[in-house]
Amino acid sequence: MMAGIVGWGAHMPRYRVKVEEIARVWGASAEAYKKGLDVQEKSVPAPDTDSVTLSVTAARRALKRAGIRGADIGACYVGSESHPYAVKPSGTIVAEALGATPECRCADFEFACKAGTEGMAVALGLVDAGMVRYALGIGADTSQGAPGDALEYTASAGAAAYIMGKEGVVAECEHTYSYMTDTADFWRREHQYYPQHAGRFTGEPAYFKHVTGCATGIMKKSGTKPADFAFCVFHQPNGKFPATVAKQLGFKPEQWKQGLLCPLLGNTYSGSSPMGLSAILDVAEPGDRILHVSYGSGSGSDGFIYRCTDRIREVQGLAPKTRDILEGERFYLSYGEYVKFRGKIIMNERGA
Amino acid sequence: MPSANYTREIPQRYRLEASRCVKCGQVHYPPRLICPGCRSRQFETVALPSGGKVVTYTIISVGPSDFAAEVPYALGIVELEGGVRLMAQIVDVPPEKVSIGMPVTLEFRKLYEEGKAGIICYGHKAVPA
Ligand SMILES: [Zn+2]
Repeated sequence: MMAGIVGWGAHMPRYRVKVEEIARVWGASAEAYKKGLDVQEKSVPAPDTDSVTLSVTAARRALKRAGIRGADIGACYVGSESHPYAVKPSGTIVAEALGATPECRCADFEFACKAGTEGMAVALGLVDAGMVRYALGIGADTSQGAPGDALEYTASAGAAAYIMGKEGVVAECEHTYSYMTDTADFWRREHQYYPQHAGRFTGEPAYFKHVTGCATGIMKKSGTKPADFAFCVFHQPNGKFPATVAKQLGFKPEQWKQGLLCPLLGNTYSGSSPMGLSAILDVAEPGDRILHVSYGSGSGSDGFIYRCTDRIREVQGLAPKTRDILEGERFYLSYGEYVKFRGKIIMNERGA
Repeated sequence: MPSANYTREIPQRYRLEASRCVKCGQVHYPPRLICPGCRSRQFETVALPSGGKVVTYTIISVGPSDFAAEVPYALGIVELEGGVRLMAQIVDVPPEKVSIGMPVTLEFRKLYEEGKAGIICYGHKAVPA
């Protein structure tokens, strides 16, 4: 058997801010944003929550489903554009919390929103090559948009973790594919607090070109067509783009709706399509085939085709399900509380 | 330089590792060098379960400077399955809704930062189960 997913887990903060609340402060039209972006609210990390803490909880859930110990993990890769340290790996903290240290390969990944799926691909590769028995790939972010910018309505927080292995596989990875060019659609220079983006430029030549290129490429390589898939999930910078690209590729709403979390979650960047995939695995049946395509600005897309095994039913209930967390208890913040949580208020240093 | 204590305490802070006395079976958290029950010095490492319930709590309205942005917050004693008790912040619930006997789970969170340029210190907080 090819390597595949042996356990998955997701996590997100319980705090939310609604589009109306952000629009109210900036004098913008909430209706226009809700309609244009297909997003209602987004998750907000509390001051005690960062990409590392989200990763640890998601990974612990993945361990439960996999039924293995932290010490069995031979590689730990966290993909994020919001690693808590500028210099010092997130992966060492995560691996230590899971008990995967010291016999563990580790480095952090960065590629805007595609860092998580690259970690998943490398994890699969190491397992397939026989270098490690189990490898962990995580996509996690607590992203920031500049105040008042369109990105502020979507930039949110969440994580999904995947343990790859060859024993106890719940979703075999049948094919992988990657499609990547140098495209400056979104960036942040050193010492700049908020990212810059090329506005409308980010649609056609960036998101759609790469997601479509990757999806058609992996279907061609594997000899599959949209009708062969029970589910598909694409990167979700807003609720509109993934729905549009799914329709353009010939997928039906019943294939893409389960994995589309953005309208209630926002864009969790590196966590985005991996979290959507987790919501699909929560309900998938043995034999179901899933197409997963990420997107990261800069720009590139990773594609995966998974096929669920009989074992998937046994592990779905072993950890909280993504849509249950998403639609569970939520605390709504005012804009003032939200900017306090996100550290956007200039404060005096301690003791001043 | 970050406190050597923090690095030394990583197993108990990150993984909730406790010490179980080989002689009398008592579990100690944080781990001990000498068992207060039987004076034995022989221990084995065990990981504590993450589930438990609130034994008692207080609400902090004026916190230390590291926690000034978090007030008001609940700080409580949590009894884990198996009986070990530890102190933890109780979060993800409005403080006025915390109650004795409330089921909680320990979740990995950021505890504090050693200043803006220092290390970030992680550990566990209790959240509603
Ligand atoms: Zn003893």
